[in-house]
Amino acid sequence: MKFVDEFRDPALAQRLAESISASVTRPWRLMEICGGQTHALLRHGLDRLLPAGIELLHGPGCPVCVTPAEVLDQAFAIALTPGTVLCTFGDMLRVPGNGQLDLFAIRARGADVRPVYSPLDAVALARALPDRQVVFLAVGFETTAPATALAVREAREAGLANFSLLVAHVRVPPAIDALLSAPDNRVQGFLAAGHVCSVMGWREYEDLAARHRVPIVVTGFEPLDLLDGIRRCVAQLEAGAATVENQYARAVTRDGNAAAQALLAEVFEVVDCPWRGLGVIAGGGLGLRAAWRDFDAASRYAAAVAPAATAADEPCRSGEVLRGVLKPPQCAAFGTRCTPEHPLGPTMVSGEGACAAYFRYRSPVDHADAMPAAAR
Amino acid sequence: MQCPLPLADYPRVTLAHGGGGRLGRRLVSELFAPAFGNALIDSRHDGAVLDALAAPLAFTTDGHVVRPLFFPGGDIGKLAVLGTVNDLAMCGARPRHLSLSFVIEEGLAMETLWRIACSIGVAARENDLRIAAGDTKVVEQGRGDGLYIGTAGIGEVMAAATIGPRAVQAGDAILVSGDLGRHGIAVLTRREGFALDVEVDSDCAPLWGPVAALLEAGIEVHCLRDLTRGGLAAALVEIAEDGGVELEIDETAIPVSPPVRAACEVLGLDPLLVANEGRFVAFVPRHDAARACAVLRAHPLAAGATVVGQVSARAPRGRAWLRGLFGQARALAMPSGEQLPRIC
Repeated sequence: MKFVDEFRDPALAQRLAESISASVTRPWRLMEICGGQTHALLRHGLDRLLPAGIELLHGPGCPVCVTPAEVLDQAFAIALTPGTVLCTFGDMLRVPGNGQLDLFAIRARGADVRPVYSPLDAVALARALPDRQVVFLAVGFETTAPATALAVREAREAGLANFSLLVAHVRVPPAIDALLSAPDNRVQGFLAAGHVCSVMGWREYEDLAARHRVPIVVTGFEPLDLLDGIRRCVAQLEAGAATVENQYARAVTRDGNAAAQALLAEVFEVVDCPWRGLGVIAGGGLGLRAAWRDFDAASRYAAAVAPAATAADEPCRSGEVLRGVLKPPQCAAFGTRCTPEHPLGPTMVSGEGACAAYFRYRSPVDHADAMPAAAR
Repeated sequence: MQCPLPLADYPRVTLAHGGGGRLGRRLVSELFAPAFGNALIDSRHDGAVLDALAAPLAFTTDGHVVRPLFFPGGDIGKLAVLGTVNDLAMCGARPRHLSLSFVIEEGLAMETLWRIACSIGVAARENDLRIAAGDTKVVEQGRGDGLYIGTAGIGEVMAAATIGPRAVQAGDAILVSGDLGRHGIAVLTRREGFALDVEVDSDCAPLWGPVAALLEAGIEVHCLRDLTRGGLAAALVEIAEDGGVELEIDETAIPVSPPVRAACEVLGLDPLLVANEGRFVAFVPRHDAARACAVLRAHPLAAGATVVGQVSARAPRGRAWLRGLFGQARALAMPSGEQLPRIC
């Protein structure tokens, strides 16, 4: 397949892995920010092609994982309000809130919960169901937020009074800042998420790289992208450099997508925001600007929605996983009490979570008993 | 063929059609009977009396729910007949008799029911299958997805030896009968509100033909499994666990058509987990592998057959392994619940 196979060439992958091995003189710990990158690394076994000294830590770039449990609880209450259709992306449906419930369970209780592929589908639904309130649970990074902005703008232009948003959009750079500022930080270099940067460019990362003295390589999602991103990041570390470098040049420019950024600025403002597992991150989220607050589902449903309660203690250690201080298999619940069928926390929910990636591509038996050489 | 029921009277199915009275009787005699044609065993009785078959019997049951009811390459009626045919074929059995149970949602267009019944009749006749019994129930509007079809099927076992996971042996070759993922992608991308334009038809097809060809060629077939829900990955994990064997397949050998692959890339789905309705996996002795492949490829419904792996001689622990593009192996896992398109 064009534009895919070129970036999955096994011979080139081998050469990149060899080049990384040749350049490494000491151990380094890198973090790939995005859950999509984590899944690609594990699915293709790319981590196993790397020299032993290169450790990959898996970052919090999984929107499903970092959406606060309180927001999910709000979504459950909204969905259960008669006359409401709650729409969201498919992989949000299995994420547990503060209790055992998820949107599948809410749907089983009679709520109308519909997975959509795009926020614009939710607007179309609002148009088609004028007697119902259609609420879109808007999650995701700077990649998905412009589509939400477009949707709410379209709803206003169409005069749709029955469309609203429960906004839980988050921003990557403040999270990187928080991770690097944490006393238990182990990350020495970052692979930034190529898709987020295709929207935002990489200007925001230049200050982070300089201030924390870490190399940041904007990296794509295909196997060769990832290996090349790792190679560049290791080369900077070995050379003592700490700059922003663009591996994903076919999609990302320094300034990013100006139209998408303008859309974001029109509808959203930067707000402090809780990230599940990480706590409140200053400037870590996007909220509706005052001019758009009439589309805010949380205030429209204020009667049904309990005021955002303080987060209950999570029954799982996903916060440590999201900060890269705990590898999924190191958790006692991994693969035993916690599986994709019964996730204790969001990182096990299929989609982009690191625990789900380990469970899917490195089953527990796999860890206990690696595949013998004959079958490799 | 036009729907023979007087549509002016009843353009839609009503609760009365399932009430056991005159309307239900007319539904059978004026809609189902002509649609099924000579595939229907003409017995207006509580059950059908069948002639004893010479060979051992295979018996299966299945429930069919699909949205939308019509999709590129098939509909729920064809799916119900062929799903039953395929379950019997996987036992090495020639499909012979079928029963059908319709649960209809009040308000279903009579024309829709007619089209589906005709599709059932065609599929039954094409597969030499007699429809021996049927039942119709109507549920209130909002309590069904238009139509559900339950089936049961009886087949005549033509394989000399038992076919199943326990017959799988170390050294067996693992074949798939064609490219994977067509049905799941065809259905998913045709759902309302799903604006992804993919030119993929369902692979919905009867599998007894290719299986019969293997048996007639004298191939020692150890295990067969149709790759429906859960796709190839679920089938292999089940066979590995149930047979207590260690399976190894090669990702680069697995056939997936470019449009299915593209759709899976966009949606974040794994083609190994996507449903098929006309593909199966076959386990045959290594020395028969090339011949089995040639026999399958000579059949139009298995023209894309290929060897994708083998049963390992290593200490069996009931696992299925996938060797990926970069030579790294990972254990295959059963899909967990519904496959959901990813967020980004």
